[in-house]
Amino acid sequence: MSHQAKAVALISGGLDSLLAAKVMLEQGVHVEGINFYTGFCVEGHTHAIRKQDKAKPKRNNALWSAEQLGIKLHIVDIVEEYKDVLLNPKHGYGANMNPCLDCKIFMVHKAQQWIEENGFDFIITGEVVGQRPMSQRKDTMPVVARESGAEDRLLRPLCAQNLPATLPEREGWVDRDRMYGFSGRNRKPQMALAKEFGFEDYAKPAGGCCFLTDESYSAKLVDLWDARGKREYEMDDIMLLKVGRHIRPRPHFKLIIGREEGENKFMQGYTKIYISLKTTSHAGPLTLLDGVANDDDLLLAARITARFSQGKGDEKVSVEVRRTNGEVTSLDVTPLPASEIPEAWYV
Amino acid sequence: MIHKLDARRMFCPMPVIRTQDKIKELAVGDLLEVTSTDPGALSDIPAWCRINGHKVVDCREQDDEVIITVEVCSE
Ligand code: SF4
Repeated sequence: MSHQAKAVALISGGLDSLLAAKVMLEQGVHVEGINFYTGFCVEGHTHAIRKQDKAKPKRNNALWSAEQLGIKLHIVDIVEEYKDVLLNPKHGYGANMNPCLDCKIFMVHKAQQWIEENGFDFIITGEVVGQRPMSQRKDTMPVVARESGAEDRLLRPLCAQNLPATLPEREGWVDRDRMYGFSGRNRKPQMALAKEFGFEDYAKPAGGCCFLTDESYSAKLVDLWDARGKREYEMDDIMLLKVGRHIRPRPHFKLIIGREEGENKFMQGYTKIYISLKTTSHAGPLTLLDGVANDDDLLLAARITARFSQGKGDEKVSVEVRRTNGEVTSLDVTPLPASEIPEAWYV
Repeated sequence: MIHKLDARRMFCPMPVIRTQDKIKELAVGDLLEVTSTDPGALSDIPAWCRINGHKVVDCREQDDEVIITVEVCSE
């Protein structure tokens, strides 16, 4: 191989993208990594918020993968552009609010732009035919190549032998025989290859690479859109859906109730944007009120907040209500009994 | 030359992304002091520097903030 080909590898932080990049490095290809941040990635946030998670050492898996591979990693903020992918996916959603196929097309498209700007030859992903129900099927894999504009500059080293030859193979930049023909949901071939390469301690995310595959997170996102009457979101919304208990006692407002000290502290940063409630006679959570509330609503919110405080068994709990203009009032309330908080209120 | 980057009230990987983008504008030998409120930056920014060939010259925690100083070492 006289031409040292240059490839950019989509690095998610999972095992497959790590292996795909390694297979190319073994063939003498110059590889650099690219990682896209949508705002929904399972990286870091909960670690930053929840106190109990702080004990575990923090690791960004995409950075960790790049370090194992000895390659550069470019992290790209696509939060704003991603909104259109999530709100209007041409190919629809997966089991939850995950628009996996459109998401893959978009990311490969961004990678295609990146290789054009940076003089690289092709794109690598860790996709495996038949592994994911939506984006990694035999019939959707060509869709990703076509609609992203990458066409045959998109190479999937882990399943290349099952797919038509791509440009890097035809040009002789890579050797098809030294790639793989993995397919289906069986993870054993990947695990064996990881062992062969000496990779240990790689990330094993349960769902996918992001919160959108999570059922309870998706339900909260849909509830937010329903309540607002429009499908839109800001970064603050995405963050707040990750913390606290979410209880919607009335269609026009929702309560976000901190579950532990770290969450309460994190939510404190939002008290200028949302009405907040805090018990003063007893230790208790910080509650944010998202929506509009009249006096009756505030009373109900205070009783619910009291229910989650240490005074839940007492007759009277004092709750401080702080409005976004800084005005503070105090209410003495009886905690709402658990039996009066219907299951349906929990988002 | 010392440059400063305010990455407060952002969550990882945003402080890393901002550091990366800022470093692109700087010259070899320049220093960048990043202030973040996410303690995750303490592990992520040094990891990003290791793989991209830059040097962390100082790392400290002060009043719920982390301050990391990076020396730009490669183009
Ligand atoms: S799991 Fe999330 S990040 Fe991964 S492809 Fe699906 S929508 Fe995109």
